[in-house]
Order: sequence, then structure tokens, then C-alpha cells
Amino acid sequence: MAVSGAVLVFFLVAHMAGNLKIFAGAESFNGYAAWLREVGYPLLPHRGLLTILEAGLVVAIAAHMYSAIVLARRAAHARPVKYAARVKSRANGYATRTMRWGGVIIFFFVIYHLLDMTFGVANPEGHDATPFARMVAGFEPARWYITVFYVISVVMVGLHLRHGLWSALQTLGLARRYPVLKISAALVSAVLTIGFLVVPLAITFGVVR
Amino acid sequence: MNLTLKVWRQSGPDDDGRLVRYEIEDVSPDMSFLEMLDVLNEGLILAGDDPVAFDHDCREGICGMCSMMIDGVAHGPQKNTTTCQLHMRHYNDGDTIVIEPWRARPFPVVKDLVVDRSAFDRIIQAGGFISVPAGSAPDAHAMPVPKADADDAFDAATCIGCGACVAACPNGSASLFTAAKITHLGLLPQGQPERGSRARAMVEQMDEEGFGGCTNTGECTAVCPKGIPLDTIARMNADYLRASRKSG
Repeated sequence: MAVSGAVLVFFLVAHMAGNLKIFAGAESFNGYAAWLREVGYPLLPHRGLLTILEAGLVVAIAAHMYSAIVLARRAAHARPVKYAARVKSRANGYATRTMRWGGVIIFFFVIYHLLDMTFGVANPEGHDATPFARMVAGFEPARWYITVFYVISVVMVGLHLRHGLWSALQTLGLARRYPVLKISAALVSAVLTIGFLVVPLAITFGVVR
Repeated sequence: MNLTLKVWRQSGPDDDGRLVRYEIEDVSPDMSFLEMLDVLNEGLILAGDDPVAFDHDCREGICGMCSMMIDGVAHGPQKNTTTCQLHMRHYNDGDTIVIEPWRARPFPVVKDLVVDRSAFDRIIQAGGFISVPAGSAPDAHAMPVPKADADDAFDAATCIGCGACVAACPNGSASLFTAAKITHLGLLPQGQPERGSRARAMVEQMDEEGFGGCTNTGECTAVCPKGIPLDTIARMNADYLRASRKSG
């Protein structure tokens, strides 16, 4: 859970940084997308590094989901008889309580997101448009409901990270000084959430067109 | 005050069990929660019924025997408090209180509110000890221990093994208990030679007993009557991972 999650966190940081290039204009953004496909050429084949990274991500997501299912099954096995009284949570943490089902929601969001931005199936511009055109068309003001869906999903990702970041360090035995650790986890989650949110919001509100 | 209790009654391990409703009158706010149950039982005995079985021993919050889920919270609403030290002044006239046993597969119900916590004993037997003959207490300055380590070890050593951590954990994990024991011994000089093997053996025994996996929800430390901190689990994970890397 911790190791696969850490891989995904590094991906999210890179993904967010790439997204922010949209503020540098269409050329920069499309250039970045093209560069991703050409990195290492001719040492690596066309799209070589990208394919390796994509395969790594699929493995990380599969491992993350597998660990979650194992943990949930162990939990169900460990408590065959449920409490009759509603068990009150004494630890504070909406983020903690929504890890499991929040993770499922994030999974469906990722599928839609891939259909929208990677494969272009759910995007008005389709697969053949430039990445910049797909982004701008995807979040155009008339499709505000898509933006709302993205905002909710990204906030879910942020909550998932808020618990996941420090929890991963705890699982790996590296966690000490909890107040500092938890505030850092919340800060990193907030930076990632805001970094991801500004792009669709900027397009919907016409800042980027 | 007058209260309504809904108490889990189960005649034995093979009985299905059910919540039974009792009305109890003239409860004094000065009574402890267990004394309130004593009054209930006296009434039941006088009426010729079977009294409610529950675990208790010292009744001063240090033995870890009392164990009940009170309205969905292990040891009831007071923080850092065992059931025996919970007093009825925290309740109001007319309240309904639901009382259940700890729920976990490794803690089978023996009768009513009594569960068998031998799984914890087996975790201790797997490595929660020091094998060297320690003799009588050494001079205080014979073996220097840094103050911070002594404090952390002592905090962990206050664990009374009541099992509230398991009861409150949404995963039914015994990580806080096991981690408290591993931290307590692993921070002191006497515990060093067996530090790695101890962590491995105890964690493996914990998993074998059928406890769930830790997802760091923090519910355990929130209900722990001794306030065992969550960083004990990080220490356990560190010791376990280090020992696993060394011996493959």
C-alpha cells in the first residue's frame, strides 16, 4: 500500500507540474506533450520512456488496489460479528474514514479522465486534436458540469493524499514527530489539490482559452 | 437517575446472543459504571435470573480486565479512562446505554460481555520478554538510558492489554498492543539483543491470530485508556522491516 502509493504520489507531482504548463500557452503545453513522447530518442524508441512509465503506473495502481482489497478482506475476517450500536469514530479524520470508498470513486474518475484526455473518446475534440485543444474543449464553460465533476474528484484525491502521505511513512516505519508530519502531509495535499484545480477552473472561467 | 440498558446476553460461545433491555432505577451519579452493573446483577439474582457476566478485577484502572463497548465506544465516552473508572455522573436521567463485548474473531465471546483475550498472551509468548537472566534490579546509574528513551519506553509500558485498541479498530487490528510491547522492550538496553527477532515473532503471531491489518486510522490510540501513542506502531514497523531485510 505504502510503496505503490508513493509511486503514485511522485506521478501526481509530475502530472501537476506538466498541467501547469497550460498557463505558458498552447505551444509550450503541446511541446511538453510531444517531448514526453520523444525523451531519450534515439536511445529509446519513439514513446519508449512514456510506455515504460505507463506500464509502471498500471503496476502501481494494480498493486495499490490489490493491497486495499487484501486489507479490507482481512478486516472483514477479523470482525465476523458487527457492533449493534453505531461505532463512533473517536479519531478525527474525515480523510481517514473515506480512504476505502474514496479510493473506489477515484478509480472511476481515473477511468473517465483517461477516456476524456488520453483517448479522447469522451472529449468533444476527439483523439486527433492537440492536447491543448482537448484540454480547452474539455473544460469549456458550456461543459461546466464536467469541471464540477473534476473539482469534486480532485478534492477526493487531495483527501486521499492527506491520510495516505503520512500513513505511508508510518507503515514504512519512518514516521516521527506527528504534528510536523501531519501538517506537512496536509500542506503537500493542498498544494497538489490547488495545482490540479487551477487548470480546469482557469479554462472554465475563460482565463485560458 | 433511571436508565435503560441494552446489554448483550450470550449464554456461551455457541449461543447466537442478543441485546436484552433492562430498566435500572436509582442509579447514583457517584457509582462507577461497573457498580451500576453490580446493582443490575443484584436485581437479576434476586429475581432468579442469570446475572450479566463481565470481566473486572482491580477496579482502579490498572489491570486491564474490564472491557466493554459502551454506545459504540470502547471503555465509554471518557478519554484515557477504563470502564471501571467511568462514573455515572457522565450520564443523565432517562439515557439509554448499549453495552456490548469486544468484537473480533481472535476475541471469542465466553459469556455475555466476557471475551477470551488469550490471543494477546500468545503474542507476548512469541517474543514479548527478555531471555537474559536479569537478576535483581540493577543500580539506577549502572546502565545509562537516555531520558527521552526511558520516557517513551515507560509510556509504551503502561499498556494494560485490555484490548480496546482491537475493539475500536475498524480493521480489528492488534497493532497498537503489539507495538506497545515491542516499543517498551526495544527502547531499553536489555531489549536490544532480541530486538529484531522479537519484532518479527510478535508481528507474525499477531497475524496468525487473525487480527486485521493496520491502516493507521488512529481509532486505537483515541480510545486507549493509557493513551499509548501511534508512533509505537511506526517503531514496530521499523523494527519489523529491518529484521525482515536482514534475515530475508
